[in-house]
Amino acid sequence: MALDTSGFVPKGNLNTDESALGRTGRRATVKAVLARLSAFRGWILVSLLMAVVSVVCTLQVPIRIGYVIDGICLIFGGEAMDETAVAGVTTIMWRDLIMAAVFAVLVGVSTYIMNLVNNHITYLTVRDIRNDALEHINVLPLKYIDSHSQGDIVSRIIADADQFADGMLMGFTQAFTGILTILGTLFFMLRMNVAVTLVVVCVTPLSLFIARFISSRTYKMFRTQSIERGEQTALIDEMIGNAKIVKAFNREEEVLSRFDEINGRLEKSSLKAIFYSSLTNPCTRFVNAVCYALVALTGSYFVLMSASGSMSRLVSGLSVGTLTVFLAYANQYTKPFNEISGVISELQGAVACAARVFEILDAEPESPDASDSLIDTEGYVDVDNVDFSYVADRELITDLNLHIKPGQRVAIVGPTGCGKTTIINLLMRFYDTDDGSISVDGRKIDTVSRHSLRSSYGMVLQETWLAGGTIADNIRFGAPQATDEEVIAAAKASGAHSFIRRLPDRYDTLIGEGGASLSQGQMQLLCITRVMLNIPPMLILDEATSSIDTRTEMRIQKAFLSMMQGRTSFIVAHRLSTIREADVILVMRDGHIIEQGDHETLLKSGGFYSELYNSQF
Amino acid sequence: MKRLFRYLKNYRVQCVLAPLFKMLEATFELFVPLVIASLIDYISAPSSAGTGSGFIFRSFALLIALGIVGLISSCTAQFFAARAATGFSRELRHDLFKSLLSLDHSQIDNLGTSTMITRMTADVNTAQNGVNMFLRLFLRSPFIVAGAVIMAFTIDTRSALAFLIVVAILFAAVGLIMKLNIPMLRKVQSHLDRILRFTRENLSGARVIRAFTVEEDRQKVFENANSELVSGQIRAGRISGLLNPLTYVIINLAIVVLIRTGYIQVSRGMLTTGQVVALYNYMSQILLELIKFANLVVTINRALASADRISAVFALADGESDERAGTGNDSLIDQVNATGISGGRTLDTENTEGCSVEFKDVCLRYHKEADESLSHISFKAEAGETIGIIGGTGSGKTSLVNLIPGFYEATEGEVLIDGIRVDDLDGRSLKAAVGTVPQKAVLFAGTIADNLRWGKADATDAEIMDAVRVAVAEDVVDAKGGLNAELEAGGRNLSGGQRQRLTIARALVGSPRILILDDSSSALDNVTDRKLRDNLKNLGYKPTVFIVSQRSASVRDADKIIVLDDGEVAGIGTHAELMTTCDVYREIYESQFGKEEEHGA
Repeated sequence: MALDTSGFVPKGNLNTDESALGRTGRRATVKAVLARLSAFRGWILVSLLMAVVSVVCTLQVPIRIGYVIDGICLIFGGEAMDETAVAGVTTIMWRDLIMAAVFAVLVGVSTYIMNLVNNHITYLTVRDIRNDALEHINVLPLKYIDSHSQGDIVSRIIADADQFADGMLMGFTQAFTGILTILGTLFFMLRMNVAVTLVVVCVTPLSLFIARFISSRTYKMFRTQSIERGEQTALIDEMIGNAKIVKAFNREEEVLSRFDEINGRLEKSSLKAIFYSSLTNPCTRFVNAVCYALVALTGSYFVLMSASGSMSRLVSGLSVGTLTVFLAYANQYTKPFNEISGVISELQGAVACAARVFEILDAEPESPDASDSLIDTEGYVDVDNVDFSYVADRELITDLNLHIKPGQRVAIVGPTGCGKTTIINLLMRFYDTDDGSISVDGRKIDTVSRHSLRSSYGMVLQETWLAGGTIADNIRFGAPQATDEEVIAAAKASGAHSFIRRLPDRYDTLIGEGGASLSQGQMQLLCITRVMLNIPPMLILDEATSSIDTRTEMRIQKAFLSMMQGRTSFIVAHRLSTIREADVILVMRDGHIIEQGDHETLLKSGGFYSELYNSQF
Repeated sequence: MKRLFRYLKNYRVQCVLAPLFKMLEATFELFVPLVIASLIDYISAPSSAGTGSGFIFRSFALLIALGIVGLISSCTAQFFAARAATGFSRELRHDLFKSLLSLDHSQIDNLGTSTMITRMTADVNTAQNGVNMFLRLFLRSPFIVAGAVIMAFTIDTRSALAFLIVVAILFAAVGLIMKLNIPMLRKVQSHLDRILRFTRENLSGARVIRAFTVEEDRQKVFENANSELVSGQIRAGRISGLLNPLTYVIINLAIVVLIRTGYIQVSRGMLTTGQVVALYNYMSQILLELIKFANLVVTINRALASADRISAVFALADGESDERAGTGNDSLIDQVNATGISGGRTLDTENTEGCSVEFKDVCLRYHKEADESLSHISFKAEAGETIGIIGGTGSGKTSLVNLIPGFYEATEGEVLIDGIRVDDLDGRSLKAAVGTVPQKAVLFAGTIADNLRWGKADATDAEIMDAVRVAVAEDVVDAKGGLNAELEAGGRNLSGGQRQRLTIARALVGSPRILILDDSSSALDNVTDRKLRDNLKNLGYKPTVFIVSQRSASVRDADKIIVLDDGEVAGIGTHAELMTTCDVYREIYESQFGKEEEHGA
């Protein structure tokens, strides 16, 4: 089983997945994203509309101001005009100026609405995806969860979904407006002057190429940097994770010198990566400056030409105001280009991230649940001719048969890997049998709902999982309505009370994820308490006391015995002393039950069990 | 916070040069509107109609030249900024790592491993990015804004006043948005952390959740947390989404006003058309820089938050006084000595025989509010004795032995080694004298020999093999192919029992005068455990040995057995004595071997 031991989740790793994500896969993902977005059709329409309004208005502002400047030129620059002409020009000027102000406000309003709408669409989409993903986890076969890295699944649901949201948001806000801006600018520029437009159109894409060039060159440097960073993180993980041992052996200096060696290399590679990649901005700015200068050059030339009346018929003239519009556009025009190149890689990343999330959503769920339920379970358990294996061609359990009457205590013993825990997995229907059937009270367990089957069992596992929250929350895990008194009584019965009362906030003490601040034994006691609060008709104790000392175990044995009273119980244990009193002992080896009987009989028969039993002394 | 600025000390030159060159670039950028202004005045003057294009070309050349100079100074600045930022983070990481290694055990417990690791990695990276962006932009943006205002003053005082007002309004608007938004973003982050934890829990606890059939409850809790996250995001978006539109509107309205007043000035002959265009351009420049500045503030804020978290670690490591903290190259030894857990006295290094260990009325509390984990422990272990410590889960066994090498400080009472208080002993010499085998058997990436030399860096192969033999680990070394076999991090390529025996060997390599085995034979079978204990008895020297165990068999032959129950001594004596005098001990024994009558021992 893959376990997540790292304390943090790395950002979704794009580099490895992008290549794995085929063309068809990408198309399927885009389709799935679009399907989800279709719920927001109205919102998207509003967003697009606002984008159009905002772009058109943005482009109109410099044009209007250009007109005003032309007006100023006309009144004060050229030949003297008579009063009425001046009055006429100024009225038009003020109208244009007011229009500029109105357009500016419209830009502000439409952009803001667009921002809000886009936020709404992306955040809600991601929320739904996350909810679905978590819901799906609940119905995924345990096989899936056991065989996939948990860190990876978490990173898909959290980091990848986040990156997908970022990418989508950027795509929304920038891709569409970017393209619109480019087209709109082109349209307005062409209307003003073809030659100057050509200058802008030819020079601007240069910045794109330069940006591409730099990023392809720096890719390797970033790779080196992240490899060295990974190496350093591994060392940090190892040494800080075991800082107590490092200190106990006075190894601080040796460890530090190893750290420094990697640290030095990391500094060099980071410097290279950061420096070379940071050249992008100055370079594109320079291209921009060149474009600006060229517009100034050609534009001025045309202004002079049109002023002197020596324009050819092919090229329209240029006024000073129009030149200022061109200069303003030249400044703006590179922006959407740079943004779109960013958006494309961002969108690619977003699709890759979405694909990783959808992989979870598309994973085959458990077989559909039966609608029947087990009610008032008595505790007959029959296992008939069951075959099972985790990996298809490595059979584990073959032809297992078992017939248990209500109230019987069944102990399962055997060496590691003989299939003890697997039986538990099958009884609880965490896994389905490959062949044969398991019945409870005579009803095959795949004909009743998993919920009703599982709530018939109380379970304590060797792996001590606790939820984040307080001690009391955890004891109440299966019975949220239990009173404080009941919680404390259960803790006293399990023997957990004595350590709980020593905790800083007693029953209200928060325990970290996985109960990090408690010892294994204490966590196990809590897991036992959790079951004691609300005991179902059947019990499964899988190495339930492996981390508890024998004396405490002996004390809670009494509680266990009263728990098991009248309940069908399955007990898996290493320590044979704890299972001596079982009604039936199943001795397992390599997936088979090789001996069956009670303690005395098995011991007398001198088989594998007696060998196991005697080896502990 | 101030503490982190020290790491820029060695990069003073870069820290001055980077913004300086950025300023240079900005200065050249500020000249552009002036060039354009004169160009426009030239071409709009009727006198220049039809004249040669010499002036235009000169202006063009000037613009290109400004661009080239700007490019060069900007690239130079980027280099210095990157240099300072990476150097800063290297030194910071070095010191932080050192500080983390100098924390004592209770500080490590408080901080938690995963926190320490994120501080070292993610937070340092964020801080590095902050330094980089700060050096690149923090002077550039304000300089352009200020420069644009100053340039406006050179053109026209009246319009320039309008500039001042607009800049003030803009800063107020941006500042307000940031101020409102940053705590919101922080909240969003904490919501995100919460659903992350929850998701991870749901995976690791899949079996338990299904067994208790609480899937739906959990889903409900998740969906609530998720909705809270989204409403937080949307709320934050409402504020942050305001930034761009609002600044745009303010600037453009200002431009409208500017042109209106500009017209009047032109009519009075106080301004030329070109100058009006120049003012217009300066206003637009301010807008662009302001947006960059706002983004920078976010980056810097994030970096400052990381810096705070890093500083907190330093503060913890520094203890009360700040001066003690090492910044430069002072050795770790000094730092260890300075942490206050160890004094200056050393143990006699020539002596290889065991030390006596005495506890005088020792109490230990991990948290101020918690009950005592050890209360009023008193005993004396004579040099060379073997002491067994037995007791139930959480009875204080590990706490007791952790006090011997000074991993924790006793809350009350004193621990004496060879008659010297542990607090008065030099930490290094104390730890060198004590060989510890921790409960969790961890080995490190590297060869077996590397791992075993942890106890004594210059140990010969023969010394190592001696220790391996005592630890009954010869077969482990053989199975892996000799002392130079590589182990994976954590010793993952070994079984639990193999790992445990190698950790015992590691503790033995330095021939420690005190040997502590903290439940370190739990993964060993009874035969191996017995052999190990026999070997320890027949060492060439006589260390004082502490054996912590839950198994009666492991401590039965000890010279003295200390029985702990709920942090208190329930009995001290030999096995035979305790069987008659100590109920707790007898219970433990019987829980493992059954009653004497049944099995007849």
